[in-house]
Amino acid sequence: MSLLETHALTARYGDFQALFGLDIHLEQGETVAIIGANGAGKSTLMRSISGVLENGADQVCFQGEPIGNLPASEIMARGVAMVPEGRRLFPSLSVEENLLIGTYGRKVQGHWSLQTIFDLFPILKERRNHPGTALSGGQQQMVAIGRALMSNPRVLLCDEISLGLAPVVIKDIYAAVPRIQEAGASLIVVEQDIGQALKVSDRVYCMMEGRVTLEGTADTLSREAIHDAYFGGAAA
Amino acid sequence: MIWIDTIIQGILLGGLYALFAAGLSLVFGIMRLVNLAHGDLIVFAAYLILLLVSLLGLSPFLAVIIAAPIMFGVGWALQRHVLNRVLGPDILPPLLVTFGLSVVLQNALMEGFSADSQRLPAGDIATASVQVGGLNLGVLPLLTFASAILVIVGLNQLFYRTELGRAFRATSDDAVTAGLMGIRPDRIFATATAIAMLVVTLAALYLGMRANFDPNIGPARLIYAFEAVIIGGLGSLWGTLVGGVIIGVAQTVGAAINPEWQILAGHLAFLIVLLIKPRGLFPRALD
Ligand SMILES: Nc1ncnc2c1ncn2[C@@H]1O[C@H](COP(=O)(O)OP(=O)(O)O)[C@@H](O)[C@H]1O
Ligand SMILES: [Mg+2]
Repeated sequence: MSLLETHALTARYGDFQALFGLDIHLEQGETVAIIGANGAGKSTLMRSISGVLENGADQVCFQGEPIGNLPASEIMARGVAMVPEGRRLFPSLSVEENLLIGTYGRKVQGHWSLQTIFDLFPILKERRNHPGTALSGGQQQMVAIGRALMSNPRVLLCDEISLGLAPVVIKDIYAAVPRIQEAGASLIVVEQDIGQALKVSDRVYCMMEGRVTLEGTADTLSREAIHDAYFGGAAA
Repeated sequence: MIWIDTIIQGILLGGLYALFAAGLSLVFGIMRLVNLAHGDLIVFAAYLILLLVSLLGLSPFLAVIIAAPIMFGVGWALQRHVLNRVLGPDILPPLLVTFGLSVVLQNALMEGFSADSQRLPAGDIATASVQVGGLNLGVLPLLTFASAILVIVGLNQLFYRTELGRAFRATSDDAVTAGLMGIRPDRIFATATAIAMLVVTLAALYLGMRANFDPNIGPARLIYAFEAVIIGGLGSLWGTLVGGVIIGVAQTVGAAINPEWQILAGHLAFLIVLLIKPRGLFPRALD
């Protein structure tokens, strides 16, 4: 039994079908990268798993239990947290409040607390009383990651945490990933920036037009194969 | 001296309007819902208090303590089972539903209590007054104003100092992302409307003790509340108090000049403020 798996997962926006029968899985302790061009359906996949989009119950299973039809809040409570695309901090909340919202209504136990998040991203401690949206893009991304970690999730879904950030900032953000892994979370990392994603992952799925076009371990996939799967190369 | 007295009466009246408005402001701030039945819910609560007073022989102040949790439940159920279903990107369905509710409440109260006007028996307090620096101030208006301030302080504390308030603000910012953080927006909305109904019950107490009421006065209370919220700037409760005071003062000053001008003067003050400051006096920095 995988920690998290999807079975013939489909998704649509009105008449438009965005996902066509996806089967992916995530094992305990693993980090999986999902790469693909803009519009491939990566965020739709993340929204389906996290419960923003509703699915058939059995299309998403977490720890062997069907969660596909549960509301986002319930999926989060069970231990699947998301860093959404575009960060989506709450503008009316300070940095610290944005972090604390990750524990709303529950006592959570585990490695992550306000203190350990501040250890992970010290700049956030300095800026704890600023509005979340007054920070730089990289710092906002740190808040978004910390906010999701505050619930001490079993699975952390990261949707393009490098989006719109300068290379040095991306390096800083990705430097935190090993510490998140060590603390016990399994990760799904969605990226267009293939280089960073491959460095931190065990396995990779390439997506194109709502389907998985390539799957393999990060160290065995050749650049050419990824390139073809990503852009729909002549070989396909 | 007569003018000072008139203005102070107006300020105190503003406290009542702020009480009408605070619940409306809370609900609008959190879920962008304009509840057109807000005034009728105040009247409904006034009849509920009246019923408790006459059935149990309680003083209105004690009856409120029983009415408040009932109204809390009414607000919760109304939001959970009716209003949540129609909230969405389209603002028209909630307007239609709350308009329908307004009509239903008026007719139901008419059936149950007839169109005769009623009053909550305030006892001695209705006529009691205190002397402050040569001015004769009614105890009831003072109590109303003090209650308005307490409500606003309380709601602000709730909003900015508690975990629930944090969830209110987060859900108001972005309900989808709030869901990702483990918050259930439908419950947050139900809680907000339930709290708004607590304020409504308090507003009903002072409404019913101050003057006569009948099943049809709800819409006019809604208008005063609405004007107070808009003058103050959406989302600012202290602004709502200022808005209430501006309408209250305009009304008493208008009435002092010519009794027929009372209502008109309040609406004129609203228009003038909007012309000068279209977003109200204290708009929130964002949105
Ligand atoms: N809210 C939406 N409504 C309609 N179509 C959407 C919506 N969100 C995404 N899509 C479409 O679904 C497809 C997949 O989008 P998305 O999952 O965001 O891709 P990715 O994250 O890989 O860039 C795209 O063709 C996109 O236009
Ligand atoms: Mg995306």
